Amino acid sequence: MLDRIVHAQHTIDDACRRLGRRITIMEVCGTHTVSIFRSGIRSILPERVKLLSGPGCPVCVTDQGYVDAVMQLADRDDCLIATYGDMIRVPGSEGSLETRASQGNVHVVLSSEDALQLARERPDKTVVFIAVGFETTAPATAVVVQEAAAERIENFCILSGHKLVLPAMRALLGGMNDRVDAFLCPGHVSVIIGSGAFAEIVANWRRPCVVAGFEPVQIVEALAEICQQLAAGKAELKSLYGAVVTEKGNVAAQRMIDESFEPADGYWRGLGKIEKSTLVLRGQYGQFDAFRRFGIEDGPGKENPGCRCGEVLCGLIEPVECSLFGTRCTPQTPIGPCMVSSEGTCAAWFKYGRRG
Amino acid sequence: MCLAIPARIIELDQDKAVVDAMGNRWKAKTTLLPDAKLGDVVLVHAGFAISRVDEEEAKKTWELFAEIENFENTQNKVSG
Repeated sequence: MLDRIVHAQHTIDDACRRLGRRITIMEVCGTHTVSIFRSGIRSILPERVKLLSGPGCPVCVTDQGYVDAVMQLADRDDCLIATYGDMIRVPGSEGSLETRASQGNVHVVLSSEDALQLARERPDKTVVFIAVGFETTAPATAVVVQEAAAERIENFCILSGHKLVLPAMRALLGGMNDRVDAFLCPGHVSVIIGSGAFAEIVANWRRPCVVAGFEPVQIVEALAEICQQLAAGKAELKSLYGAVVTEKGNVAAQRMIDESFEPADGYWRGLGKIEKSTLVLRGQYGQFDAFRRFGIEDGPGKENPGCRCGEVLCGLIEPVECSLFGTRCTPQTPIGPCMVSSEGTCAAWFKYGRRG
Repeated sequence: MCLAIPARIIELDQDKAVVDAMGNRWKAKTTLLPDAKLGDVVLVHAGFAISRVDEEEAKKTWELFAEIENFENTQNKVSG
């Protein structure tokens, strides 16, 4: 394993020398962020290689307006909130789900199936599933919506905050942060959408895109592949995660998403409104749409004052450039979502330090 | 959030499965992987099998998890 790392390191060093400028590589996956920091990959890279964590942590990119909608529902006596654990500590304008959990109406679930099961067991309440996540997670929501429809479970609905990775990458390159030279593409999102989905980024923006898994060696090798391409003036699509990712992805899961959802314009923290970037339930499943059922408008929210998560998410600043980082905003008392989520860039910086 | 764990299908009834990873067992569904079979090693995310994984790759991940667990439990861990 060591020889593979050393080889990749040499390739990176050599490419850097040939290119003679800074190389900026963005990963758009929270699990990559954590793996990079935890394994200390940053510490073996030349200074010239800058790794940015982009909008890849689902909790972090969720707009404040959505978080406030969740709180609004959590405060209702007739609702039970079923949520993945990641969302529980995200601060809304007034408190978080954690502060509401003491009232017993917030349930942490490991699967969308658990949320639907809760609805079966509690016909006296409306169970609202807090459906956040990218393409990896969306199919699981799509399945339970169809199950709820088939079983006519009327006391179940979802608050869809599901997001699509590609529109965010396009938005970044289209103006938010065009300094990004290449992308380390997400492993598990690619399991669903297929590595081929990134071909448009390569073709339209001439940016190398390399799909990698989460093993540190594979990440370093992906970075080496990217640096080599940049040095050679190339932009290609490669997947090093052939063990689980195919070019076409999981077609059954794509079909499931497509049957239940349609893309719509949506709000992202830091990136604002992005065209066709979020998933909303199709008309025939409208009764399971919590926005519609409770008459909630999905608009942009007001960020917590001083919080610069938005700029962190676009790779425009590093966490330490935010005056709240490590002082008022820590994993124990998080102000922004990038410090809340264990996959958040700020949390990773706090835990592992600048170089990781 | 997108964390997915390789696990072996040890029980399968239509799309309802029980999976095992390193002795940990839990329920998962194979709705998104319709041709999954008993004994297959699959990647499980949020209660759903999303992809088949080859055995070697699964072993690497299991070893990595074991390593992380050991690391997290050491007294020497550096944080902050």
